[in-house]
Amino acid sequence: MPPAASPEVAAAVADAHRREWAFVLAATVRVAGDIDSAEEAVQDAYASALSTWDERGIPANPGAWLTVAARRRALDLHRRAATARRALPKLLDTSTDAPGGADLDAEAFPDDRLRLIFTCCHPALALDAQVALTLRLLCGLSTADVARAFLLSEATMAARITRAKRKIAAAHIPFRVPAMSELRDRVDGVLSVVFLVFTTGHDAPSGDGLMRRELADRGLDLARMLRALLPGDADVAGLLALVLLTGARNAARQDAHGELVLMEHQDRSKWDRTAIVEGVGLLREALASKPPGRFALMAAIAAVHDESGSWEETDWPEILGLYELLAAAWPTPVVELNRAIALGFAIGFAEGLAVLDLLGADPRLARYPYLAAARGDFLVRLGRSGAARTAFDEALILAGNDAERRFLQARLAELAG
Amino acid sequence: MPKYLLMIFQEEVATREEAGETVSGDYQAFMQRRAGSLVNGAALEPPETATSVRRDGSGGFSVTDGPFAESKETLGGFYLIEAADLDEALEIAKEVPAGSGVEVRPVRVAS
Repeated sequence: MPPAASPEVAAAVADAHRREWAFVLAATVRVAGDIDSAEEAVQDAYASALSTWDERGIPANPGAWLTVAARRRALDLHRRAATARRALPKLLDTSTDAPGGADLDAEAFPDDRLRLIFTCCHPALALDAQVALTLRLLCGLSTADVARAFLLSEATMAARITRAKRKIAAAHIPFRVPAMSELRDRVDGVLSVVFLVFTTGHDAPSGDGLMRRELADRGLDLARMLRALLPGDADVAGLLALVLLTGARNAARQDAHGELVLMEHQDRSKWDRTAIVEGVGLLREALASKPPGRFALMAAIAAVHDESGSWEETDWPEILGLYELLAAAWPTPVVELNRAIALGFAIGFAEGLAVLDLLGADPRLARYPYLAAARGDFLVRLGRSGAARTAFDEALILAGNDAERRFLQARLAELAG
Repeated sequence: MPKYLLMIFQEEVATREEAGETVSGDYQAFMQRRAGSLVNGAALEPPETATSVRRDGSGGFSVTDGPFAESKETLGGFYLIEAADLDEALEIAKEVPAGSGVEVRPVRVAS
């Protein structure tokens, strides 16, 4: 073990890990030829940064230093394996530099992150594998951390990642930005993965630990990365807007005891104004494309809430209109549920409740606790406490975690009192 | 260049009706268009002509009438193709005028 690096160097390496991991790994995949040896080389480069930067100082451009080191290491590994190597499937982009003659001038490295993103989010991989690979390869999270974030054992997650990497190699999933003809669909696939990363973290209740919170941050990082790589894409702008406008309310979503606070009762002075301003700017850009994409519409709904001075001033007819556009283009059960809630606030709780009751027949919502909770809430507002109690009891049975259960128990206690 | 097996699945009824017919115009057009990628291929007799040979676990075999896995869709034919990568293989698979769809499997490279 080398002596521990100074705190300053350790912080610089940690910062470079967060900021530069995807760039360094993507640039190394070209040289290494396959993802596994690229990952090994990049890990070695970060390890050597700890000792080398301690001795010689932190380089002016840590990302370039790491890229040079990782590519050099990958070439080493490549040569060492050369004698034993057989006809293994390789992930080389043959149109560019061959392993032996790799260019070590950091300024000349092309940004390969987009290629890596499209490989990780290839539709030939299962969605859960796409998410795991994205966190592992683009965010540089350890397998243990990815496992913790999805509440799975490390062995299960390791098997999932190994299986996905094996498929990439065996089926020759390309390391390439897709052709224009399929770019639209493939970008949509990538955005779905990033959104899933964000919501998994954002919707996590307080009891679920730091790792899930970090997922929301990583979702924001990924959305920013995509924005930098595809600056003219309206759907990317829409996703980043959605992540910013939803995340802006974070600080107000829990009280001092870590309990869930509904938007109705949130202290709006705690909302992040900087994020809201940035999100609204991006939203304008996203809405300029016709017809607006699904993330832009969701971001527009978040913006109506964010820009409203109080719960009472919420522009529910506007929100209802946006949900109607969303439901017309993407009629998922959860969108229908949210549309019914908006209808309740915009028109009347009895009307909203009638739609919620219809949705109760949809088997896809049968185990979805938020439907029963929404019914309970509308029943309370209509003064029907007996029926409300039954609805909250049902939600309590279906609730997925402790914070939600405590919240529902509190609502039941209010009804009893 | 990587090789892939395209397994063509179709509804059992379709398989039976098409059996014995000459190659359809759609397939002929596909094979002409993709001649450069096709290594081999064949249409299969319908699944009721299939016989499955299973290892019985004690060194012997059990021989049964019918395909290996019973399902609504059955394997109606196959192509062995060469493609630069999975994206190209999927593009070719989309052009197969198959009934239900195509399963694309990379051919294992001998090591």
